[in-house]
Amino acid sequence: MSPSVRLQEMIRVIRGARTQGEERGVIQRECAAIRAQFRQADNGTRSHNLAKLLYVHMLGYPAHFGQMECVRLIASPRYNEKRVGYLGAMMLLDEKQDASLLITNSIKNDLSHNSQYVQSLALCTLACMGSAEMCRDLAPEIDRLLRASNSYIKKKAALCAVHIVRKVPDLGELFTPAARSLLCEKNHGVLHGAVVLITELCERNPDTLEQFRKVVPELVQIMKGLVMSGYSPEHNVAGISDPFLQVRILRLLRILGRNNDTASDAMNDLLAQVATNTDSSKTAGSAVLYETVLTVMDIKSESGLRVLAVNILGRFLLNNDRNIRYISMTSLQKIVQTDHNAVQRHRGTIVDCLKDQDASVKRRALELSLALVSAVNIRSLMKELLLFLSSCPPELRAHTTSGIFNAAERYAPSQRWHIDTILHVLTTAGGDVRDETVPNLIQLITTATELHCYTVHKLYRALITDISVQSLVQVACWCIGEYGDLLLRGECEETEPVQVTEDDVLDALETVLQSHMSSPATRGFALTATMKLSTRITHNVDRIRSIVSIYGSCIDVELQQRAVEYNALFKKYDHMRYRGSVCGAPSVIAKLPEYLLGGSGEPVPSSGLSHTVPGPATSTSGGDLLDLLGGLDVSPGE
Amino acid sequence: MVITMRFMLLFSRQGKLRLQKWYTATAERDKKKMVRELMQVVLARKPKMCSFLEWRDLKIVYKRYASLYFCCAVEEQDNELITLEVIHRFVELLDKYFGSVCELDIIFNFEKAYFILDEFLMGGEIQDTSKKSVLKAIEQADLLQEEDESPRSVLEEMGLA
Repeated sequence: MSPSVRLQEMIRVIRGARTQGEERGVIQRECAAIRAQFRQADNGTRSHNLAKLLYVHMLGYPAHFGQMECVRLIASPRYNEKRVGYLGAMMLLDEKQDASLLITNSIKNDLSHNSQYVQSLALCTLACMGSAEMCRDLAPEIDRLLRASNSYIKKKAALCAVHIVRKVPDLGELFTPAARSLLCEKNHGVLHGAVVLITELCERNPDTLEQFRKVVPELVQIMKGLVMSGYSPEHNVAGISDPFLQVRILRLLRILGRNNDTASDAMNDLLAQVATNTDSSKTAGSAVLYETVLTVMDIKSESGLRVLAVNILGRFLLNNDRNIRYISMTSLQKIVQTDHNAVQRHRGTIVDCLKDQDASVKRRALELSLALVSAVNIRSLMKELLLFLSSCPPELRAHTTSGIFNAAERYAPSQRWHIDTILHVLTTAGGDVRDETVPNLIQLITTATELHCYTVHKLYRALITDISVQSLVQVACWCIGEYGDLLLRGECEETEPVQVTEDDVLDALETVLQSHMSSPATRGFALTATMKLSTRITHNVDRIRSIVSIYGSCIDVELQQRAVEYNALFKKYDHMRYRGSVCGAPSVIAKLPEYLLGGSGEPVPSSGLSHTVPGPATSTSGGDLLDLLGGLDVSPGE
Repeated sequence: MVITMRFMLLFSRQGKLRLQKWYTATAERDKKKMVRELMQVVLARKPKMCSFLEWRDLKIVYKRYASLYFCCAVEEQDNELITLEVIHRFVELLDKYFGSVCELDIIFNFEKAYFILDEFLMGGEIQDTSKKSVLKAIEQADLLQEEDESPRSVLEEMGLA
């Protein structure tokens, strides 16, 4: 029976297992058999047993007892055994295992084997799992192969050298001369390997980078050859001649041209040529164009070339292929600060991408849109962002609200627009906003003095519609408590006034107080607002008194404390309640204790009350007192 | 640094790993964790979505071919489009080798899939940009393997092992 069938038979049996337990059983039996076979003398089945073990390993079962077998097989003279042995080494051994050192000698021998396929195994394995020590040991051998062997080996030696340099950067110097000469080769595989190696050397050593700047003309020639060449079936991908090599050369040019005028000049024409002549109807061409754009944006290119690059990105934005739209936005994000105006030109398309089905594309479009907000486009762009917010994926909501608030703060064309925008966000996504939103909004409302009437009307309307969004409810309660009189007055310039009675207002606040949806902090706001209204309404003070006293025995400690304090105000300091034991200072927020702002925390001692000054008219400075209640009769700021 | 591809995975829609190649030294335990996590993330993607996603500090480029997901992890600065082309090239090689490749081919001949991958990529980089060249090398290597295998089984058959 051909040995390979035994492996396949085992695979079949394992796959036939109906349960995890059954599978484990089969595998345990097989592994036991394999172990036994390993212990026996060579019987011609070693490579197949190792292959079986590797399959089992891939399924996730332990296979370390196969490590020594790999070492043995690698040392075998037979290719079939070496092949599996090296594969095993790559799968089971890594540089951290001691066993990996044992194969160094085999690798060394195999690097000079007369069969190139054996040499290939050794090179591949060294490049996969060679430790620093192994690399140091074998580097001279690799260098020799870089210079004097056939193309098949040279291309592999180049990539192996890349691994060595990553492990032992100092060895870069050793490979530099050979890498340089490899650029003269015609074989695409060797050229590709050479370019990758040179790139690695340049990225790690600035002196080497300096040296290789001299080869820019040569690289340009090679690229030209690729771009202008006729159809070459061997390397053609969708009409592009060797896109893989083109991309690597472009990347190397990027590194060489960075921060260097001479080098950048030398590649300018080529880049323009590639950018103009490459057909981007398929991915291969788009990949080359994309790399070209990346290079143009990173080197010291002429402004005309930069514009060309940004336009390519703009074209990509309109591509049917979602992948291309995505990478276009990634690039635009990187240049939105430096080439802001150029990117602005594509704002429309970017905003359209907010509606894309794919969350990754949406995220990119969001980032870009936020970066493109300016004083000029704030109104129209905000409309789009708010629209986006109403249907955006949950994982993006917090980021979106945050971005919207920042943009609004920077570019709000008017206070009313600003307030409206924040309210809109709270209504749409109030659960996904930062904690500071509530105090920030309160601050904003306070300073917008002409809009107090408008704001309180709007918030009242929001409150009677829906009390589930805590942040919105908290601000609404605060506003009603503060400007309830304006609400009750029934007139408003900026908006349709509603006929609101004192009972309506108190109903609304009581609903909040009683609702199980309201958080303790929200209830605190509602209770305080109710209390504040006692100074602004005339007919229903008793109702307020009774609400407050109910909460005096509320199970929530904070609420209870507040209610008790307010009760005290009613009883002992009633005469001051109107005159304002405390003044309504404009910068109320700075003085409000944490817990009144909805922050959770231990109850703050009612220092406010202890600071109240007995005595009718003397209003003390707002700084000392807690500014718990806004007084009607007292002028602000005193 | 310029390390482009960190690893490549092939897995089925049911989350069965069919091939894994790591191009950086990673502990076995970490490999398992990453594979599990990544498979979950990719399998949750809907059909029309982008082939690229961000995961940890890497970019993932994936494409589904019939019942198999081909998934590469590349570094931040990489060109995802060319990685898609690399994946496609690998699929073409498998297809040419097995003749209209399907998942079962890769399951029952997993070691051959690895041999092809190792002839195509080294350290995450392409070794040869010519499809023909890669296929020819594998063909030759297979011949060499057969040569070294057969004398043994002939002897065995004759009972002279």
